[in-house]
Amino acid sequence: MNNLNVSVDLPHASAPPLSMPDAPPKITVRDLNFYYGQSKALKSINLTLGTNRVTAFIGPSGCGKSTLLRIFNRMYDLYPGQRADGQVLLDKTNILDPKLDLNLLRARIGMVFQKPTPFPMTIYENIAFGVRLYEKLSKSEMDERVEKALRGGALWDEVKDKLNASGLSLSGGQQQRLCIARTVAVRPEVILFDEPCSALDPISTAKIEELISELKEDYTIAIVTHNMQQAARVSDQTAFMYLGELVEFDQTSKIFTSPSDRRTQDYITGRFG
Amino acid sequence: MTTLAVDMPAVNPIYARRRRLDIVIRVLCLGAALFGVSWLALILFTLFWNGLAGLSLQVFTEMTPPPGSNSGGLLNAIVGSLLMTIIGVGIGAPLGMFAGTYMAEYGRYDRLTSVVRFINDILLSAPSIIIGLFVYGAVVVPMGGFSALAGSLALAVIVIPVVVRTTEDMLLLVPNPLREAASALGLPRSLVIRRVAYRAARAGIVTGMLLATARVAGETAPLLFTALSNQFWSLDLTSTMANLPVTINNFVQSPYDYWKQLAWAGALIITLAVLALNIGARILGAERTSK
Repeated sequence: MNNLNVSVDLPHASAPPLSMPDAPPKITVRDLNFYYGQSKALKSINLTLGTNRVTAFIGPSGCGKSTLLRIFNRMYDLYPGQRADGQVLLDKTNILDPKLDLNLLRARIGMVFQKPTPFPMTIYENIAFGVRLYEKLSKSEMDERVEKALRGGALWDEVKDKLNASGLSLSGGQQQRLCIARTVAVRPEVILFDEPCSALDPISTAKIEELISELKEDYTIAIVTHNMQQAARVSDQTAFMYLGELVEFDQTSKIFTSPSDRRTQDYITGRFG
Repeated sequence: MTTLAVDMPAVNPIYARRRRLDIVIRVLCLGAALFGVSWLALILFTLFWNGLAGLSLQVFTEMTPPPGSNSGGLLNAIVGSLLMTIIGVGIGAPLGMFAGTYMAEYGRYDRLTSVVRFINDILLSAPSIIIGLFVYGAVVVPMGGFSALAGSLALAVIVIPVVVRTTEDMLLLVPNPLREAASALGLPRSLVIRRVAYRAARAGIVTGMLLATARVAGETAPLLFTALSNQFWSLDLTSTMANLPVTINNFVQSPYDYWKQLAWAGALIITLAVLALNIGARILGAERTSK
């Protein structure tokens, strides 16, 4: 901001590497600030999500990682008093542009939430519902799409005989996979996961982690998690956030073996947070 | 549990005292509940006793009798009540639902919403006779006479705040993550509300409408100033129309025994209808919680 900073040799420059070396950028964040009313929740965030890469966001509660995730699909727009400034580019489109069509943005960037959120309708409808918004398909095409999505969500074998049952009748883990299938069905480019396993048992968690690894073949993925092992298992890059700042952003293997910031090291070794 | 507790020696005097107090309070609560319920039971018993005696096929097939006559029924009053209730709910329920939707969805954070909610709460507890007088002034006087239409409008004015309130409450109960999930798929606001929020709150909203219907089915005061009553068969919305509550009111005050008997029968019919609506609402409510 001021001239003094230029000459000072900061160990952790305010702008971490904008682009990861091994993948073309899908989402680029530049100088992003975010406010809940008067309070500033994100401070000058810079980072890049690589195409077909899994980026994990870790950090103690309240560090702003979910806030950041919810900027990528402008979820914060649903609520008054929340605003962002800076730049977030999806390919070459600025997501923060107030003139942007939010529904089209959200068709390109899907989201899976902390708690499973099946809609109060049948399993089949849960998937077909979103698809119908964008495409007019015949019955057989839709059947095919629903099956494909449910297979994509690793749920097909469990529900193929009860597609007309209510989505609410499934178990928590199945509901979450239904939500993933629903998101995949509308063919987004990016999928955001906001602590997708925090309400699930270990077996369901393993299934979803496996699924995430498969999904990155076709999608760019961002995942917020409180579980550091999970971040280590599923992600290619990891961003450590603390008090609204992006402290460190690097290859996951590097973050978990030789973090360059003291705070990152303290957090992943469990000394705080 | 209690037998176990009795066997145990009262080790601690504080605990023993607390237990005695518990028993006293429990007896008082039970007594209060029985006191309240017994009056209700007495009312229902009297109603059934007298109402069933007056109830016959004639009640449902014949018009209200002229003075002094010992035959006749309540057909015109039953049909009139049904008609005005249906029109009243038909006007009031959609209006209330739209208003409630605005308050819970589009305008949840607006100041206008809290103003509307405040006024709605006042309207909700306004005596129905005031609403009858309001419609008398607003509709009956300009139209130059009592009419079934004015009666329906008065009932609608009573329905609106009830439905506004239940719709808003039920939509507020729909968890926000569900709306976020729908928005995250790219659904426009209107579809999020229509396809997801309404569906999640459907049972509750319908319950509210049924309860509003039950509420207006027995309203007398607003009809007294608007639809008045009519001794004859009439489906003309622009003229007076017979209806159960006002008929009951008139017949109870009459000197004829047969009229009084008919009044009892009418009261029983209304009560049973309201009971059916309430049970329907309960069943819908139970469906909601079990889902």
